[in-house]
Formats: sequence, C-alpha cells, structure tokens
Amino acid sequence: MSAISVSGLWKEYGRQVVLEHIDLEIESGSFVALVGPSGCGKSTFLKMILGDEVPTRGQILIDGEPLKPEPDIDRGVVFQRYSVFPHLTVLGNVLLALELSGSSFWGRLWGARRKKARAEALDMIECVGLTAAVKKFPSELSGGMQQRLALAQALILKPKILLLDEPFGALDPGIRSDIHQLVQRLWKEEGITVLMVTHDLSEAFTLGTRVIAFDRLRKRPEETSAYGATVTFDMKVDKPVAPPSELEADLHEAQRQAAQ
Amino acid sequence: MTRFINKKPDRISGVLLAALPFAGLVLAYWIGSEIRLAENPNDKILPGLEAMRIAVERLAFEQDRRTGEYLFWADTAASLYRLLLGVGIATVIGGIFGVVQGLLPYMNRTFAGFTAVLAMIPPLALLPILFIVFGLGEVSKIVLIIAGVLPFMIRDLAMRTEELPREQIIKAQTLGASTWQIFVRIVMPQMLPRMFDAMRLSLGAAWLFLIAAEAIASQSGLGYRIFLMRRYLAMDVIIPYVAWITLLAFTMDYMVRLLQRFWFGWLYKEGRL
Repeated sequence: MSAISVSGLWKEYGRQVVLEHIDLEIESGSFVALVGPSGCGKSTFLKMILGDEVPTRGQILIDGEPLKPEPDIDRGVVFQRYSVFPHLTVLGNVLLALELSGSSFWGRLWGARRKKARAEALDMIECVGLTAAVKKFPSELSGGMQQRLALAQALILKPKILLLDEPFGALDPGIRSDIHQLVQRLWKEEGITVLMVTHDLSEAFTLGTRVIAFDRLRKRPEETSAYGATVTFDMKVDKPVAPPSELEADLHEAQRQAAQ
Repeated sequence: MTRFINKKPDRISGVLLAALPFAGLVLAYWIGSEIRLAENPNDKILPGLEAMRIAVERLAFEQDRRTGEYLFWADTAASLYRLLLGVGIATVIGGIFGVVQGLLPYMNRTFAGFTAVLAMIPPLALLPILFIVFGLGEVSKIVLIIAGVLPFMIRDLAMRTEELPREQIIKAQTLGASTWQIFVRIVMPQMLPRMFDAMRLSLGAAWLFLIAAEAIASQSGLGYRIFLMRRYLAMDVIIPYVAWITLLAFTMDYMVRLLQRFWFGWLYKEGRL
C-alpha cells in the first residue's frame, strides 16, 4: 500500500516530446485506470513508474521516497504478453519469486524451506483459481489462465504497487469479466495501489476508483513532435459508471486522427 | 479433382516415398557398377556391393597385420573422440559466452563486433597455424573444430538471448532477481535447448573440419583412411567409409533431438522443437 507522487514530469526521446507537465498525486490504495489514444505515452508513463524508463525531467516519489531507477520487488507488473516464464510450470512460476528471495546464489530452495514456500505458492494459485493446472506449462494454458498466473506471480511478494499494462487487451469478453472480478477481489484483499493502462474505457470505469486520461493538447501534425501529451481528464469514480460521453468522443477523435 | 497441393500420402506410401530416393541411388550405382565390371572385371572405380562387403569385413573384423588393430573401429573411435571433444568444448564455451554476450549490454558492446569479425576467418586457413603452434597431434585437430564452430555458437546464442522478450527480464527483476539469478534461473534454462540446436547445426561443419585435419596430418581416423585409400583407388573402402560417416552424422543429429525432447518437455509442448 503506497502513495505515488509525480511532479513536473517530462519524457523526451531525442527531439520527440512524449509526455509533458505531468503532475499527479495518487492516493495509497487507489485503483487508477490510465486511458488515452495509442501513442499518448501511457505505457511510457507506466514504464517510468516501473523503473524501466527514466524521466527526462521531474520526479516520481513513492511514499515520499525517490523511485529506484530499476525494477524491484516494490512494484509488481503484469504485461499484456510474456509475463510468465515459458520454461516453468504454473507452480514453478509462482514459486520462483519466493525462491529468488530465499536463495541468492542458486535461486532455488530445498527441504523444509521449499515445502513452506510451496504451500504459500499453492495458496496463491488457489486464490487465482489455477489449482487444477499447477503442473502445466504456460503454453498449455489459455490466455486468460496465463494472465491469472501472471497476477499470482506478481502478487505473491506483496508489492506496494501493482502495474498492469493492458493486461486483458488480448482476452475474450467473457473471460475478461471473470478476470475483472478476480483483479478487484485481489486489490481489495491485498490493499495495494494499482495503476492500470488500458484502451478500454468501460474497463477503466468498471475497475478504477479514478480514471486519468492522457492526450495531446496540440494536435496539428507539425506540432505533434514538439508537444507531448499531458493529463486531460481526471475523475474519481466511487461506483462503476458508464464512461462520460465527452471523454469517449475525445478518445474516438484522437484515435481517428492518429490513424490518418 | 482435388489440386495436387492438397493431396497427402498416407502412412505406408509416405514411408515408401521416403525410401524411394535411397533405393534409386543404390540402383543407379549398381547398374553403373555392373556395366563397368562387365567390360573390365578388375575395374576399381565402381566396385560391386560384394567387393565392398569383403573390404569392410577385412577392415572391421580382421586384425591389421601391422598394428594388430581392427582398423575400421580404431578409425571410428579416433574420429569420434576428436569430433565430440571439439564440438562439446565449443558448445559449452560458446553457449555460455554467447548467452552472457546477449544478456549484458556491456559484454555485447565489447564483444559483438569482435566475434562478428572472428566468424569471418575461414577456419581451414588457420590449420597451418594450428599445426605449427600445437603440433601434428590430437590438440591441433580438436582446436580446429573448436575454432571453426565457436564463433557461430557465440553469435547464435547471443542472438537467441537477445530475442527473449524484454518483459521477461523486467518481470524477473520485479520478483527480486539479481543479474546472476536472471542468468541461472531465467535465461540459461531457456537457452539450453537452443544450445543443443546450435550444436546440431554445427555438426556438419565440425565433420568437415575433422576430415580436413585428418586428411592433412594424421595416423588414424576416418578421414585419414579415405585419403590414404585414395592413393590406391580403393573405392571398395572409400565408399563404405563415406556411407558410415553419413550414418554416424545422422545418428548423432537424431540422438540430440531425442535428448532435447526428453529434457525440454516445455518447449516440445509448445511445438517449437
């Protein structure tokens, strides 16, 4: 459970400005959904929180402390794809996190310590509903099951922040609503701060307690590289609601322009 | 009438079709041999199957009068020893070094260009240097195989390692993995089957280097024997030896594939093996 504070954040790649003027206070324990048209820098923002990308200017604080410049166990992550390790079984994938912290040289546990870690991992696997598949490899799982596994793996170390990068974008609608319920349940149980990037507005408004949109304010083609995207919409959501129509129209328009 | 592209042989005709080119080759040889032998019974260029059987029996099941060895088996043992040692050492060193090069940006920046240039040296051009430095014994032959195979191993494994999704490396770090732990628990286990792939691919080249080294300076080995026999036009020995080398190479390839399926079930289930 942690608060994220972002102030004066800019991100540039060479002369291309991706994000500018980002100031955000994210409360501890909130579920923030980040939306915006493709290329608006929402994934880049997530990568900076993750420590995979460094801001060009500005700073990110977690509970008042500057962010470590590389990924660590404080921040769990689930990507759209490749979040789980193909050479490990379901159990192996979840157990891995416990083994890495328990044995710094081999990254493996034996005997009583392994037994204890195994029990803990099995609990987590049960929590995401994969008990029947513990011995299967990821390639034998459906897309939804793989994402459940990724969630279990990300949460077993009890990170302060969970980052989700379009985690359900590749899933069928039916499976999506199941996994939405799971995510919501885990978020409430663990009390962690969640930051989710999505391009699905209804997903954002169903799951999030706060919805933030990034977009470019200047959209003329000759301006797009000199001006980055910034926060254009910020709304607290107390209960699941339908996305406001003006936001929907904005995003639609932005997508249409990006496609041209 | 279905299109030809949609027609598939059933099981039995599949096996027969696969056997057809082999049968054709043997038949063509046999016909050619019969024609030549009919003209001149002492012809040495295309000996009959019977003559080759006698030659193989002499080499494989009778002691050599001078050395007391069974030459066929002694040659096979000498060649396999050099080949397996050379390919084995190259796989271990090249595999580990390649993975490290592909994984660590500092190593990549330092060595990627260097290994790319080394890979351009024609290994056979090194052979005189190896003979001068290591003498004419076993070492120079094994080193030639290593030198020939190693650059390919390193570059192949480095590329495979770089192809690993970046997400995996990030994910491992969010689970607390150190650089070393990422190497031993995440990258190496996924690269081991790729090392076996690279080994399979380099077996052909390794045989080439082996035979070349044996042909130039050796007292034993399959390559030594066929080049020795060339002086006597002893095709009745050379042809069975070539067939034997082919069979050995094919068997090794097949064994490596079986081992991979056995050890790396996760890849096999993915259909990538």
